Amino acid sequence: MNWLLEPLTYEFMQRGLLASVIVGVLCAVMGTYVVLRGMAFLGDAIAHAILPGVAIAYILNGDLLVGAGVAAVVVALSIGLFTKEGTIKEDTAIGILFAAALSLGVALISTMQTYAVDLSHILFGNVLGVSTMDIWLIGGLSVVILLIVALLYKPFLVISFDPVLAATLRLPAELLRNLMLVLLALTVVVSLQTVGVSLAAAMLVTPAATAYLLTRRLLPMMLVSALIGALSSVIGLYVSYYFNIVSGSAIVLTATSMFLFAFSWNRLKRS
Amino acid sequence: MKQARLSIAMSHIPHRLEVQNIRIGYSEKIILDQLSFQVPHGARVAVVGPNGAGKSTLFKALVGLLPLQQGQILIHGEQLGSHQDCVAYVPQREEVDWRFPVTVHDVVMMGRFAQMGWLKRASAYDREAVQKSLSQMGIADLADQSIGQLSGGQQQRAFLARAIAQEPHILLMDEPFTGVDITTQEVTLRLLDHLQSQEVTAMVSTHDLNLAGSRFDLVLLLNHRLIAFGTPQEVFVKENLAQAFGNSLLVMENGMMLVDECCPPDEEHHHHHHTEVK
Repeated sequence: MNWLLEPLTYEFMQRGLLASVIVGVLCAVMGTYVVLRGMAFLGDAIAHAILPGVAIAYILNGDLLVGAGVAAVVVALSIGLFTKEGTIKEDTAIGILFAAALSLGVALISTMQTYAVDLSHILFGNVLGVSTMDIWLIGGLSVVILLIVALLYKPFLVISFDPVLAATLRLPAELLRNLMLVLLALTVVVSLQTVGVSLAAAMLVTPAATAYLLTRRLLPMMLVSALIGALSSVIGLYVSYYFNIVSGSAIVLTATSMFLFAFSWNRLKRS
Repeated sequence: MKQARLSIAMSHIPHRLEVQNIRIGYSEKIILDQLSFQVPHGARVAVVGPNGAGKSTLFKALVGLLPLQQGQILIHGEQLGSHQDCVAYVPQREEVDWRFPVTVHDVVMMGRFAQMGWLKRASAYDREAVQKSLSQMGIADLADQSIGQLSGGQQQRAFLARAIAQEPHILLMDEPFTGVDITTQEVTLRLLDHLQSQEVTAMVSTHDLNLAGSRFDLVLLLNHRLIAFGTPQEVFVKENLAQAFGNSLLVMENGMMLVDECCPPDEEHHHHHHTEVK
């Protein structure tokens, strides 16, 4: 039992654990829509697109979360703009913006003196550096996002499953799609601190994909996904503590193991 | 007799659905042009025409999914969009993501969402409406199955059940007779008759000209423009069919007419293969 409690004697571990679980649950729930609507590439792009925002906030000594948030929303909405009325295909627009934002971010960060450390924290997260203030920010933002997802469960279900039904029921589909993009962007921002921009996409996709294999309805899929996200975060953080692995990697690899387990189980059940 | 009753209905009761000189297109390509027609209360209308004639496009416009470049669509004399959910649409099977995690019951319940309120839970009335629609389509025992596990015909009946649960005034069905089993075809036809008794207007696109001629009150013959609209006897004459189907129509000496439709009915995706309206 001691091995379970020992890491918790450190306050930074307590904060890190709390932040990871919040992020794990939030990513897993939003990830349900990412998986079902085929937005994995978009999630990855938004995550990387945050980089310049973070870099600018860092240079200006501002709040990183705010910089990330602004950048994410700008990119999410520009993807909507570029693809409006089918001018450019969505994945092409994403590809262009993704690469441009990543390059801009790296360019900005390369001008800093502590380049290597800062870049690795932004790319892979720094869960043990989470402050109490960060917890409040992450927690508050997560509650708001999850509340909106819960309130708009039915409209989001309909626009994801059947856009034509959404039209016949007179749903403002365009508005809802943009709102979903903004929520996705904010989710990625929240996960910045724990898993970093390069692994955020994995936390969005892997738990939700695992839950998809284990459930047959949307609400159970969300709940199972949230559970997997939370479990991966806790287990991953302990693995990180005892084996001295970067926490973001440990969390993502734990989630991946669960996916492989579910995938094999699903295969066995079918045959 | 039926014709007489319909023409009386046409003159006295305000039209359920009125399409006034609409034009619809994607970017520069015009799919439908100068299309006007009026459908009275509870009529069963078959929408026929060659592949790429714009049948699916018309339906998408009727639910408000495609913007009109010209003209207007009136339902109960009011602009499309000023009503809540009085149009229900049964999509073609290719348009649905069958791997989405929903059960048959979930799908049918979606038809109730607008009426129950987007933020409210389903009431006893909503659940009853879902149950009744499921039974009417003969799929009550499949309620808890994933939508993806059903056969093609069962899937279509699930979407028909959803449309009924919406309690629409106008029901649009896109190719419901293509690639389904006899049971589903029979259930669909019986539903059409039932809807007529409930004064629900039904518009059904089909390639089955025999069904169009025998089980519908009115036929709308389309090929980018309106070729003919009226009773099957009025519409299915040589001149109209020749105009709609062009060289796909062969008229034999004994009066027999043959129509060859080469391609599967995924018309709107392949419309570039067909002649465009200039």
